[in-house]
Amino acid sequence: MTIEKYLVKKASLSTLFDKIKASGKTIKAPVKKRHTTDFAAVGSLDETTDDYITTAQSAKSAVFPRVEKLFGYVKSKNGVELVDYDLSTIPETVLWGVRPCDAAGFDPLNAIFNWDINDVIFSTRLARTTIVGFACAKADSSCFCTSVGGNPGSTAGSDLLFTKLSNGDYLAEIITEKGKAIQALAPELFEAAPSEEKEQNLATVEQKFTREEIKAKAEQYFESDVWKEQAQRCISCGTCAFVCPTCACFDIQDEGHGKHGQRIRIWDSCGFSLFTQHTSGHNPRETQGRRWRQRVMHKFSYMPDRQSVYGCVGCGRCSRACPADMNLLEHLQQIVKL
Amino acid sequence: MEEKNIYKPYLMRIEKITQEAPGVKTFRLKFDDDEEGKNFSFRAGQFAEYSVIGEGESTFCIASSPTRFEKEQYVECTFREVGRVTSALAQCEEGDVIGFRAPYGNTFPLEAWKGKNILFIAGGIALPPMRCVIWNVLDKRDDFKDVNILYGAKSVADLVYKHELAEWDERPDVKLVTTVDPGGQTPDWKGEVGFVPAVLEKMAPSSENAVAVVCGPPVMIKFTLPVLEKLGFTPENIYTTLENRMKCGFGKCGRCNCGKMFVCKDGPVFSFSQLKDLPDEY
Repeated sequence: MTIEKYLVKKASLSTLFDKIKASGKTIKAPVKKRHTTDFAAVGSLDETTDDYITTAQSAKSAVFPRVEKLFGYVKSKNGVELVDYDLSTIPETVLWGVRPCDAAGFDPLNAIFNWDINDVIFSTRLARTTIVGFACAKADSSCFCTSVGGNPGSTAGSDLLFTKLSNGDYLAEIITEKGKAIQALAPELFEAAPSEEKEQNLATVEQKFTREEIKAKAEQYFESDVWKEQAQRCISCGTCAFVCPTCACFDIQDEGHGKHGQRIRIWDSCGFSLFTQHTSGHNPRETQGRRWRQRVMHKFSYMPDRQSVYGCVGCGRCSRACPADMNLLEHLQQIVKL
Repeated sequence: MEEKNIYKPYLMRIEKITQEAPGVKTFRLKFDDDEEGKNFSFRAGQFAEYSVIGEGESTFCIASSPTRFEKEQYVECTFREVGRVTSALAQCEEGDVIGFRAPYGNTFPLEAWKGKNILFIAGGIALPPMRCVIWNVLDKRDDFKDVNILYGAKSVADLVYKHELAEWDERPDVKLVTTVDPGGQTPDWKGEVGFVPAVLEKMAPSSENAVAVVCGPPVMIKFTLPVLEKLGFTPENIYTTLENRMKCGFGKCGRCNCGKMFVCKDGPVFSFSQLKDLPDEY
């Protein structure tokens, strides 16, 4: 559908929020907790904050939870009974306050889970998730969305995008049918489009390179020592993968108590030394340099080649969260200059 | 949208357990639900995720042949007891039920091999992934020309499928050479003593109108390839099956890739001309 533009007054926002809540949907929105801001289930707009560049964790756990039960089991004398995942338990969720970079992250996630056979658990979660984006009025030195195809006001991935105007009111852009459904909950709050330009209310994020340049250079310098050098600081903690909106590597494990239990899917990371280790002890990606190269290659070369989508949205979380102060943006800039 | 939960395994009943070698067992599995069995099919070279419910999943090839599944509706797997899941599998008894997700991955190009001489070279626990193809070839013996099998293990005790080795040895239409590493022989051992590459050099099979299938530990493959090249085998006529660590089996969990290729989807069967273009990550 073509994007529809409206004005939503500052005072109307909490009414809209309450209407969504009243419709029975779960709302997850950014909430301040001590020093960090993260998505949490909330009951009213008062509980949320709009004072954040990005949340510490991305919004991906709404569709790809850190731990997800795949099916349950009950063991008995005669064997075992499997209890299938009950898709009806997946709630209709509205993710409120998603930044455009995070909204753009759902497409690569979907590509990973559905590029070949359909992952019905993921797909159902995604189908029941509505993304209400909020454009960025500020950015920091880790942000690089404009270098990877995004921008601080991008509508890509959002169902509805709000941009705060100079007087505190909002420009509302309805992008999808799901966004339209949100509007339908309180159509009277959506007034005639404002005349103020959207762009003047957006953060400036300088473009440093293009994804295509990274792809070409990373492939060309696959055998270079640059990976080893860049990974020297890496302590293999996996934080970058856990905060990343598009990282989807997972492990499958069983956990149970006595006769009952479940098979679960849990977040994993290509940065962990055991990730690829064979039973024999042989490890195809034995060194951290190789694992770092895999991370960059996966996002900038393998994903575009296999799933026609890049795996980085430039949110900068990995750089902000890294305990060893590795900075993806700096490393990518170095790769481009090779 | 397909509504099937792709992570939920079939339940299989263990019909027969064979102790192949110390720590190595073969399970013959039948579908607990006949209907599921009727709708199941696979091809030579594909693999599965096997699980002891409550312990986790483990990846190995389907070691039996589709030709036998068509006749008797069973699949077999052979595994060595090493980690948590395989240790739990080893504790299972006949009649127990285990999880089975399959079939995954690509297949050996048997159609293209019709009318060719086939050379199988396996080391140790790598005979099971090849056994599926060997049976397939032997069950359709007239489709192929000479069949040579070279199989090596650390010691006589470590040779798997001893009963079948004897069977293949007796067949006039199969040339089987078995070898054990120096020091691994018993006093009555009648096979070769020596490492696979050296025995292959002695065996000197013709590369004329032939394909070679090689599977074994990385060190065996490393030293076998130059011998094959010397014998005139070109990379596009040498095949192997890779077994990178896997979890999902369908290109999502992120660990089995070599460059942009997924071992679980684009493999596990690769020719060496394909592997030449991939990074050394297997």
